[in-house]
Amino acid sequence: MHVGVIAAITGPRRGTRGAPPAVDEDGELVARLRAGDEQAFVALVARHHAAMVRLAGSFVSSAAVAEEVVQDTWVGVLRGIDGFAGRSSFRTWLMRILVNRATSTGMRERRSVAVGDAGPVVDRARFDASGAWMSPPQHWVEDSDDRMLAQGLTDEIQAALDGLPARQREVVVLRDVDGMSAREVCSVLEISEANQRVLLHRGRSHLRQALESELGGL
Amino acid sequence: MFWSKHDLACQEMVELITDYLEGALPRSQRRRFEAHLAACEHCTEYLQQMRATIRLTGSLSAEDLTPAMREEFTELYRRWRSEGD
Repeated sequence: MHVGVIAAITGPRRGTRGAPPAVDEDGELVARLRAGDEQAFVALVARHHAAMVRLAGSFVSSAAVAEEVVQDTWVGVLRGIDGFAGRSSFRTWLMRILVNRATSTGMRERRSVAVGDAGPVVDRARFDASGAWMSPPQHWVEDSDDRMLAQGLTDEIQAALDGLPARQREVVVLRDVDGMSAREVCSVLEISEANQRVLLHRGRSHLRQALESELGGL
Repeated sequence: MFWSKHDLACQEMVELITDYLEGALPRSQRRRFEAHLAACEHCTEYLQQMRATIRLTGSLSAEDLTPAMREEFTELYRRWRSEGD
């Protein structure tokens, strides 16, 4: 079950698509944390908390357990921070600890990389025998921005995300909500690049279909 | 529209779209993908919708840490410090 912590709408993501939100500032906070700065710790928590709860929620069955996993992860961070060598980004290191903690709670076997569903991402019936569109995508892109501003679409997207198979949801959320790179996601979830792309593809395609159903009347 | 056997069908396009957006298509495949796009308004629409979907998903954002949670994590830190000393 997904723990719904995504709430507000912000404006369009600044900078290039997929650029993590000011992750480079982690370095300074990490240095201060090592020096025993309590404020730096709380600042790091604030920066990563929501993404951590979201990811933990994908592994465990309740919001309360997800919060526990997050707390447990931060204790692991405090214990291990002196050994953090900076070979990966702090965020990657952090999220890997989280995934380890979440799986050691025994809720899910990490080794399985099931895609979660199978078959074409667009209903076969929408193409003719030659594979050309018979029932083409309805036009809705411009509407969606207006609807988003009016908050009307947030719940739809959240519901569609919650409805994705867990692995697809994890990849889409890390990539498209949290702004991680493909490489970071592979490292955090311990999956191959090809697998990451398949999960991303299926997840995004489901979300597109959900938006089309909501906005385009199909 | 008539497709030769070297062309991609729309049905194949929708399955290749993420590899295209991720820059993971081999060059020849990428050329065929783009040639199809240039000739097919529906697949162009579909691509725009995938981009819009990514953008809309990215505009979901997380709640900030509540004051109570801030307190809680400050406590967690202090507990850890006192145990470690």
